[in-house]
Amino acid sequence: MTNVYLLDDAIISPLGFSTTENLTAIKNGISGLKLHNNSLFDSGGFYAGIIEKSTIDKASAEIGDLSSFTKLEKMMILAVQKVLSQNEDLDLSKTELIISTTKGNIDLLQENPGFPDKRVHLTELAKVIKDFFQFSREPLVISNACVSGGLALAVAKRYIQAKKVENVLVVGGDVVSDFVVSGFQSFHAISDQPCKPFSHNRTGINLGEAAAAVLMTSKKPLKPINIEITGDASANDANHISGPSRTGEGLFKSVKNALNEAGVTAKDIDYISAHGTGTVFNDEMEAVAFTRSSLQDVPLNSYKAYYGHTLGASALVESILTKHALLNDELYPSLNYEGSGVTQPVNVITELQKKPLKHALKTASGFGGCNLALVFKKQEDE
Amino acid sequence: MNRDYRITNFVKIKNHKIYKGREQIFSEERSEDLNSFLKNAYSSFNMSYPKFYKMDSLCKLGTIATEVLLKGRKIHPETALVFSNSASSLETDKIHQNSMGKGVSPSVFVYTLPNIISGEISIKYGLQSENAFFISKTFDSGLIHNYTEILLDLNKAGEVVCGWIELKNDRYDVFLCLISNEGEISFSKENLEELYLFKDE
Repeated sequence: MTNVYLLDDAIISPLGFSTTENLTAIKNGISGLKLHNNSLFDSGGFYAGIIEKSTIDKASAEIGDLSSFTKLEKMMILAVQKVLSQNEDLDLSKTELIISTTKGNIDLLQENPGFPDKRVHLTELAKVIKDFFQFSREPLVISNACVSGGLALAVAKRYIQAKKVENVLVVGGDVVSDFVVSGFQSFHAISDQPCKPFSHNRTGINLGEAAAAVLMTSKKPLKPINIEITGDASANDANHISGPSRTGEGLFKSVKNALNEAGVTAKDIDYISAHGTGTVFNDEMEAVAFTRSSLQDVPLNSYKAYYGHTLGASALVESILTKHALLNDELYPSLNYEGSGVTQPVNVITELQKKPLKHALKTASGFGGCNLALVFKKQEDE
Repeated sequence: MNRDYRITNFVKIKNHKIYKGREQIFSEERSEDLNSFLKNAYSSFNMSYPKFYKMDSLCKLGTIATEVLLKGRKIHPETALVFSNSASSLETDKIHQNSMGKGVSPSVFVYTLPNIISGEISIKYGLQSENAFFISKTFDSGLIHNYTEILLDLNKAGEVVCGWIELKNDRYDVFLCLISNEGEISFSKENLEELYLFKDE
């Protein structure tokens, strides 16, 4: 089977406008979550990971006049630009563009400062990115709730392994909008504090915004150490459209299938990047699924207390961080963890650790009962 | 790889008509109203599925279509769901947006994701299988053919329900196919395209 390698990547978030800046913030325990005023909340505001407009505009100005683009488009363009600038020889005619987003430019439904109405369509967002960088192929757009960013990596891997294409550039992004905030608020899912994934005192999620991009290829890079995706799977819970399965059925099955494909067992996994939204039900479901998978002792973290839940970007952002955890042999702490609040044992990472790492597991789950698992492997030349 | 896959069956829902294969099995000429069309189709197929009434229109369309496609069939437990459309969940998005300030309902908000239809169908048929929802400007036979073939070739699925479920300004266009090893029509991009465009006139 064709190997699938992860090349350069970029994360655009409140923690920085490159992967390096993001990793530095995480190592220093810095969170992008801040209290923002919002009249939807009785308390007058909510914690979220929002990128300042001035920061975006300043970064955008460095690559040209991006005034005719929405905030999300600017974020995605910045992410793609970063990756392409490190791969100037990339043949775009042999490169598939995959775009992952949960809600795209949905904020335009509420307040549209002069964009055409159709701009709210995800196909328009895709066209903007395609045209800006002059990709020749039609982009694939994936909108599969909160697993979108991870599913995009899985789809990319499958396209490469089926020899449909040589390279894939995956870009994902979502913004914080009143549309999404009011919806999660109607579920009483939003915490009034910074979220505390897996903690006994967790009270819900925070929302966040980010864009990320990563280049994938079938050609073995020249570097001596590379990260591959060796297993991927998704599975539906077939249980409930807005709540996770109590038995973690779909996640359990996703993990099992991904490990099988990667040719590894639970014992081989050195690190898990969990979904860890900080809601009572999600974190519990994950703990159940991991225990059922014999993964309960594996060091685990959630990045949600650094970013909030960035929807269609989250699993992509977290996969990129997982890649760098493997490359750096580092385990990053799960911010705001204050002791277990799930019924099954979990080995939550509380301090930055140096440790030899070879295999990592990334999982995500979302509305509609969707679940996703990816296995990452560090390949070192002899 | 590249085993012999077939378009085992297909369903179309458009212009107040429902087709199973090339045969029209339901039509409603008088009514222009989407809700009554969906309700009458549901009744005419003797579906007994109370969850149907809670769904948004996009999910109702998908649920009726898969009922037509899968009724009476022994369903492969690894039947993947590969759906696509252009408008995502925009009809329900607008309902949610218009409710802001007046009281937002979680039972509306949950339908502001296109892949909820995959969840609804997974629940109805007990399918713990692969799902993907793609967005394309028009029905993209190449995309649906490619990805479905990839899932089958890579053993990520045993059979696949795939196609197009579009709803925009109360105008709907549904075309779903069951892909397996059975049937006369070979599974190709060209055949998908032809069946999608087929009109009984």
